Amino acid sequence: MSQAEAAAGAREASVSSGTGGIARRRVFALLGSELGTLFRRRRTIAMLVALAAVPVLIAIVVRVTGAGSSGRGPAFLGAITDNGLFVAFTALVVCIPLFLPLTLGVVAGDTIAGEAGLGTLRYLLVAPTGRLRLLIVKYVGVLAFALAATVVIVLAGIGIGALLFPIGPVTLLSGDTVDAAGFFVRTALLACYVALSLTSLGAIGLFISTLTTVPVGAMAATVVLAGVSQILDQLPQLDWVHPWLFTHYWLGFGDLLRDPVVWDSYGQNALLQLGYVTVFGALAYARFATKDILS
Amino acid sequence: MSALAGAPRASRAIGISGLTKRFGRQLAVDGLDLDVPRGSVYGFLGPNGSGKTTTIRMLLGLTEPTAGEVELLGERMPRASAAVLPRVGALVEGPAFYPYLTGRANLSRLDAADPRSVASTRRQRVADALERVGLTHAADKKAHAYSLGMKQRLGLAGALLRERELLVLDEPSNGLDPQGTREVRSLVRRLADDGATVFVSSHLLSEVEQLCSHVAVMRAGRLVASGSLEELRATGGHEAVVSTPDAGAAASVLVSLGLEPSVTGDVVVAPLQEAMAPEAIVAALVAADVRVRGFQITSPSLEDRFVALTGEGFDVAG
Repeated sequence: MSQAEAAAGAREASVSSGTGGIARRRVFALLGSELGTLFRRRRTIAMLVALAAVPVLIAIVVRVTGAGSSGRGPAFLGAITDNGLFVAFTALVVCIPLFLPLTLGVVAGDTIAGEAGLGTLRYLLVAPTGRLRLLIVKYVGVLAFALAATVVIVLAGIGIGALLFPIGPVTLLSGDTVDAAGFFVRTALLACYVALSLTSLGAIGLFISTLTTVPVGAMAATVVLAGVSQILDQLPQLDWVHPWLFTHYWLGFGDLLRDPVVWDSYGQNALLQLGYVTVFGALAYARFATKDILS
Repeated sequence: MSALAGAPRASRAIGISGLTKRFGRQLAVDGLDLDVPRGSVYGFLGPNGSGKTTTIRMLLGLTEPTAGEVELLGERMPRASAAVLPRVGALVEGPAFYPYLTGRANLSRLDAADPRSVASTRRQRVADALERVGLTHAADKKAHAYSLGMKQRLGLAGALLRERELLVLDEPSNGLDPQGTREVRSLVRRLADDGATVFVSSHLLSEVEQLCSHVAVMRAGRLVASGSLEELRATGGHEAVVSTPDAGAAASVLVSLGLEPSVTGDVVVAPLQEAMAPEAIVAALVAADVRVRGFQITSPSLEDRFVALTGEGFDVAG
């Protein structure tokens, strides 16, 4: 527990003298340990590396084949040869339907069920970690992973794009051009949008994770739900239900690439995600607060 | 609570009354009443499956009782978990760790999970706990590389991260070799000498017998005996053992005295009734011309008592 712990320790040392020290320490010590454990775990690192490999793969394929704008393939693919920065966008579009929910499902499904499966859950609770505190810390860990996964794709995309292709001012969907600073602001907004889109799935995974002591089951169920939601979203017969599906706005970040930025889908997505997080967070707490820990 | 009137609050580390846990149609724990005095080393004995671990889970607030009350260090559980549990070290149903973390990192995480533990002294606390269980040399190995005995020690180290008033240890010697078992025993004794109350569950009588001042015996979810070791020994009946070549004659004398003897070769054994003086038996035997070569009053071993109470000698589910 070296760096994350030390960082958490330093933070604690600076607040523990005040009266609010105890309360804040409660949050930070376990959170630091959780994040340290999560991001030093080989599985987490492997998933992040796999996500980073997506833009690299795309860039290399485009570079080697020299395929320009044929008009087919995922959005932004055709623009890559003109501007390497579009590798990041292309990779995000490719990862959103499957790879991001898959990796997030692994982390979210593992939260409580993983601890229960190992038997460490009983020791955390006897330590004692309050059940609500543990849920919150676990969920923050999921959010951190969602953000890290998105940022990794974007950074790897920008890096490999700059390496293999010319880069320059980015032409937006609205036809306007933005400079480097404008591009980075939009990219940051986009990464936040994608991470935000995953908060509902994280909460669903957290809830499912409280139902079982078999982490693989919780992971699979979470990923399957993401798939089901996307399939339902494609059936025109069910269009009345589409705005309520947590995956509905996942690819709706195009508005961020216009000038001026259109915030409608950002707002609607945020509201929908908040609704899902509230409902499934409450369900997770209701289930976990009274659960008999028998593992 | 009037039901918890067994001993004054301050002198009791654990108070359990009417504790019941039902899983579906099965009663895992059935109306358990138990008082564990402070400063005692209390053995919680019973075959596997007799409800010991379920009781411990309810003690620690991991499981909600179906009925009954639990008091830990004078406070009601599970309501007072946050205040009480930092003063309690626990080993529940075997140790459990993150296999991909080192022993040291595992303890550090456990320590961080306790909101009252101060981060700046964490490193030292973890090192001290490892030292106490003799794991310093393996502290930086990943936990999955630990042997069963090392895991057990690491589990004990987790229970000893802080000064504890009460230690609840579920089968602490499980998986340890004889040397390790001895070390655990001396560790528990040291803890008790330092004033901690130790509540040890075990299905092994020998372990409890060597460690504990008090003992409670469970069978199929019910308490069948409890008290100090001496009390438990004394409640078992004594037996008269007569060695004689005239076994048949001796047996009939004993029958005439109202006993129920059994004959094995030259030895006649009869459970004694409380009011009967041993010398009266000898006198009766001699008067009937039985050649008495040996006469002995034996107290049953604790093991005999254990088997009699639990109905089994082997550690199978009851």
